[in-house]
Amino acid sequence: MSEQKIKNMTMNFGPQHPAAHGVLRLVLEMDGEVIERADAHIGLLHRGTEKLIEYKTYIQATPYFDRLDYVAPMNQEHAYCLAIEKLMGVEVPKRAQYIRVLYAEIGRILNHILNMTAFALDVGAMTPLLWGFEEREKLMEFYERACGARLHANYFRPGGVAADLPAGLLEDIDAWADQFDIFLNDFDRVLTGNRIFKQRTVDIGTVTAEEALDWGFTGPNIRASGLAWDLRKSQPYDSYEDFDFDIPVGKNGDCYDRFLVRFEEMWQSLKIIKQAVKNMPDGPVIVQNNKVAPPSRAQMKRSMEALIHHFKLFTEGFHVPAGECYAAVEAPKGEFGVYLVSDGSNRPYRCKIRAPGFPHLQGIDFMSKGHMLADVVANIGSLDIVFGEIDR
Amino acid sequence: MSELLSDNSAALKDLKDLVVSQLANEILETEIRYGELTVIAKRDDILKVLTFLRDDTGCLFKQLIDVCGADYPERVERFDVVYHMLSLKHNLRIRVKVRTDEESPVPSCVSLFSVADWFERETWDMYGIFFAGHPDPRRLLTDYGFEGHPLRKDFPLTGYVEVRYDDEQKRVVYEPVKLVQDFRNFDFESPWEGIQNVLPGDEKAEGKA
Repeated sequence: MSEQKIKNMTMNFGPQHPAAHGVLRLVLEMDGEVIERADAHIGLLHRGTEKLIEYKTYIQATPYFDRLDYVAPMNQEHAYCLAIEKLMGVEVPKRAQYIRVLYAEIGRILNHILNMTAFALDVGAMTPLLWGFEEREKLMEFYERACGARLHANYFRPGGVAADLPAGLLEDIDAWADQFDIFLNDFDRVLTGNRIFKQRTVDIGTVTAEEALDWGFTGPNIRASGLAWDLRKSQPYDSYEDFDFDIPVGKNGDCYDRFLVRFEEMWQSLKIIKQAVKNMPDGPVIVQNNKVAPPSRAQMKRSMEALIHHFKLFTEGFHVPAGECYAAVEAPKGEFGVYLVSDGSNRPYRCKIRAPGFPHLQGIDFMSKGHMLADVVANIGSLDIVFGEIDR
Repeated sequence: MSELLSDNSAALKDLKDLVVSQLANEILETEIRYGELTVIAKRDDILKVLTFLRDDTGCLFKQLIDVCGADYPERVERFDVVYHMLSLKHNLRIRVKVRTDEESPVPSCVSLFSVADWFERETWDMYGIFFAGHPDPRRLLTDYGFEGHPLRKDFPLTGYVEVRYDDEQKRVVYEPVKLVQDFRNFDFESPWEGIQNVLPGDEKAEGKA
């Protein structure tokens, strides 16, 4: 029998697929069940955020950042506020910095719960997702109590945070933090040692440290490859230098290590939350400069000047001195950066959003090469992909 | 925070001196502002600059964090291509910029950093900046068959076409944008803010005119 030439099959994965984590469309070139090439088609959730921001004042643009990575909204605002503060030279009050750290870490836990439990669902374990969402709901309640919204917070503002924490919230966060280890331990018991889970993840999608650098990986994904790099430690912003926490590092850079790193990060975030609650300083929560931050509601009702300031801030907004800067935070998914160019007016001239998921998703091609179709799903899950920030 | 910045500034200054001494022919300007070092490189030498920054022991910017464009229509070479790099070893960042226009291609750095692939595709998509030698120069974020480059300053915020599902034809149709009300772009800038308090003729007293 003469040798038959077998043509590679092209398969379309997504955009409507539960394991695509949103609207990922992968065009997979397959040799039998082995992936030869994974071509990701992105942009199905492209909303033109960067263009829209150029037409808004600085304060009006903050809510767009909630809608990027909608799993941990406040971490995105954080980078944007830091960029504006850098250009304006605004010093954020200590209490505001601590509140930001507290909520950034709550955001990290929110993100990791969603990602890890959804990852478990992708590879066949349904229960953790149901448990995890209960915990997420509690955390989103803390979001709601601080700013009135469960998801699209608009809480971090240039110069501080929008409002002080209501009475009793810190105690409730503390009480929550004391019982969260029950969930973490349950989660650990059901997944970490699970044979099926390990069979699906160990040695799948291995990324070496060199590859991680070359492909621009950041956050948990680069740490899983053995590089101890965390912006909270190496380039601390706000008050992260005051906190005592460790950076978990993986060894093999496979899906399982990425899972373990995220898991340990939740313990560390919990530690930071407890410290932030315990050491929360008193004082103002936003810079006391009415050219940047609005006066309090009470002042506004009594003082003409305060009223004018309020009106000017929410119509004209503030002017940012001409210049450009790059501010980055360690968002749950990796380095989230904002490259902000100001021309001295009240609107950003250019605001480039550097989303961590963007290079991570790009890596799906080299990670999946030579793996089975089912492993692509594990890779996507372990990379922590959210399309809000990738497509922008 | 301020302590950290001052630590950084000494290292940044050393880095600047190193870059200036080693790449004197390849770079046009350097500047340190807001604790960040910006280098403006010559367009055709960008690969040499990036290779040096990646491999020199004093730099080791192993990570290309971001590549993006920026549009300044009033300039002759209207576009900036901005590279952000990060050195894990020295804990430093650097920004490299090159200038280009609609026609002149920028050498693609995919051969140096694999991550540049999508960043350059996005920049091409959004600004129409060509990258010479890019292995896969397709559009990235916009719709299949999209025309124009949306982040250019002369591209309207509303765009040119809109889509809807047509129930009779049973498919999605593209139509020119119809606005019920003209797009309104309010100018809230206050004429009083930042008043210079300069009377015409005052500059003569200071001998500037």
